[in-house]
Amino acid sequence: MKDIFWLIPFVPALSTLVLVLFGRKLPKKVVSWQACLSVFISFIIALISFFSLLKTPPESYPIVKNLFTWISAGSFSANLSFQFDPLSAVMALVVTGVGFLIHVYSVGYMARDKGYTRYFTYLNLFTFAMLILVLASNMILMFVGWEGVGLCSYLLIGFWFEKHSAANAGKKAFIVNRIGDAGFILGILFIFLAVGSSEFTAVNQAISGGLIARGGATLIAILLFIGAAGKSAQLPLYIWLPDAMEGPTPVSALIHAATMVTAGVYMVARMNLLFTYSGTAGNIVALVGALTAVFAATMALTQNDIKRVLAYSTISQLGYMFIGCGVGAYAAGIFHLYTHAFFKSLLFLAAGSVMHALSGELDMRKMGGLRKYLPWTYPTFLIGAIAIAGVPFLSGFFSKDAILTQAYAQGQYFVWALGLMGAILTAFYMFRLIFLTFHGTERLEPEAKKHLHESPKVMTIPLAILAFFSIVAGYIGLPVVLGKKANLFQNFLEPVIPPASEGHLSMGMEWTLILISVVVALLGIYIAYVFYLKRPGIPHSIVRRIPGVYKLLYNKYYVDEAYNAVIVNPLIKGSEIIYENFDLAVIDGALNGSASATGFFGRVLSALQTGYVKDYVFVFLLGAVIIVGILLF
Amino acid sequence: MIPASYFFLLSIILFVLGIIAFFVKRDLITQFMAVEIMLNAANLAFIALAKSHRFVDAQVIVFFIITVAAAEAAIGLAIILLIFRQKKSIKTEEISSMKG
Amino acid sequence: MAIFLFFLLSTVCVGAVLGMILSKNQAYSALFLVLAFVCLGGLFGLLGAPFMAVVQIIIYAGAIMVLFIFVIMMINLREGISREKKKWTIALSVVLALVLLLELVLAAKGASLGQSPEGSVSPKEIGQLLFTKYLYPFEITSVLIIAALVGAIVLVKKREKE
Repeated sequence: MKDIFWLIPFVPALSTLVLVLFGRKLPKKVVSWQACLSVFISFIIALISFFSLLKTPPESYPIVKNLFTWISAGSFSANLSFQFDPLSAVMALVVTGVGFLIHVYSVGYMARDKGYTRYFTYLNLFTFAMLILVLASNMILMFVGWEGVGLCSYLLIGFWFEKHSAANAGKKAFIVNRIGDAGFILGILFIFLAVGSSEFTAVNQAISGGLIARGGATLIAILLFIGAAGKSAQLPLYIWLPDAMEGPTPVSALIHAATMVTAGVYMVARMNLLFTYSGTAGNIVALVGALTAVFAATMALTQNDIKRVLAYSTISQLGYMFIGCGVGAYAAGIFHLYTHAFFKSLLFLAAGSVMHALSGELDMRKMGGLRKYLPWTYPTFLIGAIAIAGVPFLSGFFSKDAILTQAYAQGQYFVWALGLMGAILTAFYMFRLIFLTFHGTERLEPEAKKHLHESPKVMTIPLAILAFFSIVAGYIGLPVVLGKKANLFQNFLEPVIPPASEGHLSMGMEWTLILISVVVALLGIYIAYVFYLKRPGIPHSIVRRIPGVYKLLYNKYYVDEAYNAVIVNPLIKGSEIIYENFDLAVIDGALNGSASATGFFGRVLSALQTGYVKDYVFVFLLGAVIIVGILLF
Repeated sequence: MIPASYFFLLSIILFVLGIIAFFVKRDLITQFMAVEIMLNAANLAFIALAKSHRFVDAQVIVFFIITVAAAEAAIGLAIILLIFRQKKSIKTEEISSMKG
Repeated sequence: MAIFLFFLLSTVCVGAVLGMILSKNQAYSALFLVLAFVCLGGLFGLLGAPFMAVVQIIIYAGAIMVLFIFVIMMINLREGISREKKKWTIALSVVLALVLLLELVLAAKGASLGQSPEGSVSPKEIGQLLFTKYLYPFEITSVLIIAALVGAIVLVKKREKE
């Protein structure tokens, strides 16, 4: 019974296949039921596997199921084999559970879209790829899943491909991902060179056996982290995620909040022995994570598009997860991944609900006072915002606090300070969003106001479920102050992720840190309240005083423009030059040249056909002479 | 008796003369006549062969060659007449519509 | 005796052919050719093929050449046709033809030519072969002649103006 976990990816895979082959002929209802049911079945299997995992002793982790040898070339081999251990269990449950809710929500959100079947095909395909990623037992198979989710991200971001901006956003996402993947592949290659296999068990053994030099480990870890930075939108490869909001909102919820972007965090956690062994790499990860957290949060302050705020928030929260992993508290990082999946997808889906209610409006300047009209969306949205702000007793508080506490405990004070700054900014911009959208004066378009309605149950029920989990999910990871046994989550993950080694703080210090986090969160909320409700004039006057800073933030530090100027445009120009001077001139030239040479020879030879009989007979004579000559001698 | 090789030699000479005649002349009729010479040279060779090996079949072959040559001459001359009607000339260098 | 006849006939034959080549008048060429064919007929007779000799003279000299002369008459070219302007082409062809001559002579030298037995072949023998072993080609040749006949007439027939 415990060995059925390898089936988890294949149920959505089967569904995808059916949809690809027969999707067009199936009625919409069948498509909806099939797509959602397949993910639900995966979830059930994951749950069963999880419970049977609890019963097996930790020494047998991970449970590996080798399906068959996929590549075997000399000393290089990669198997289609899956493994199940606490980390995979957590990831699989998150992917299938949250994925299922989002599938259900999509039934309502995409109900009137003409690409309905295509959407669910891609969504199931994504689920399949993501599950391969988290359940793989070697890096090559994980990379297959990695690429698969990248592809689905491209397909789903550019879902409404007739829109130029959507198509471009999809392209951008894929290409930036690819840049990260270059580092990732190099990392895999080096691992293979050092260890001789890419199986996680083998790699971990090699590391604990000291087979890899520290410098080599650092190099590999950094290369792998480059891949993670691409996939999880960290500096400097985050630019694709805000643009990815062009896709349908459930896609943003699933892929760019709960699952795909967390693949980088998962990978770092999976390779935790490597990162711990090379201390430098861990520091780099933590630093990049912290800088990204703050950087993205500052950009979220000025955005007017409701989804973009959430996008920058995601980048920022991913930064937190990397802080956790970077300082050695991998369990805390994964914990934040887990809670973030709930409240971030809740926030996105709720935002989608708002947009749905307003017939597609996403500019917050055209919202306001909506809380009267949206009795389900508003409370759930609020719960999500409170959770992410880190208010106590909701899940976000527990996970964020775990990360920051560990950062401080490991002596990374700079990182901790950045994390704290990010926390206040997070609280501020989230509540800015809440107040602008749901409170205050109504600034709605008259057309939108006419059609204002709450979303259907198929959309609001997932919201409610997610809100529930956003509240309770944190309780399995209570802070260590309350006793080591309280943190069930960390204990569960312990066989895979050894807890951070040094860093013990006194009880007093721990409580102080918790207090500081709470104060910071509440402060952020209060400032937002003042700015946007009590005295709405303040933001404007600040902008008037420091127009330069505002412009910088509003234009996202001109990073996209910088990339365009420095990298994209020179590349395009370069390829145009190559096209003209090599492609057209040399290759086409050679081809046309050989054609005209053939024509030339043809013309030369056709000169033989003079039309005069005498010449032809001459050739006969010549032939006769030659043949008789040959026969003679 | 006369050795057969003499006849063969004569046949060869006649054949080559026919070839030369074909290249030297400029009008269709005489060129056609040169072809007839070549055919006859072949006939001579066949008869000589019949004589030297007591092979009567060779004579039958010559019979057929003469017959077919007659038919061919009829048609060929008809064509030459047509060409003359078209081009008012039978100089071979003016007949080159199959050029290229 | 026979040898003397042979040399006489062969000389006249070759001479006639040369005359045909060198003559500028087409009618003269045709007549020279008739002479050549008659000589050939004689040579056939020398070779013990009297039937073929007669056939040669009747058909070749008598029918085919008459056809030629008719056509020459109908074409009625007043001016004579001079030789090829470009002499070098003739020279090249002649050279090549002579090379062929050489080759064939060498080939003939190497060939084994049996002794010529005495006696001539009677029409009876030819007839026997013609109607047994070569019956099929014989019948088809008759069809061929009819085709040539019809073809020649159809080709030359003047089209009626519409």
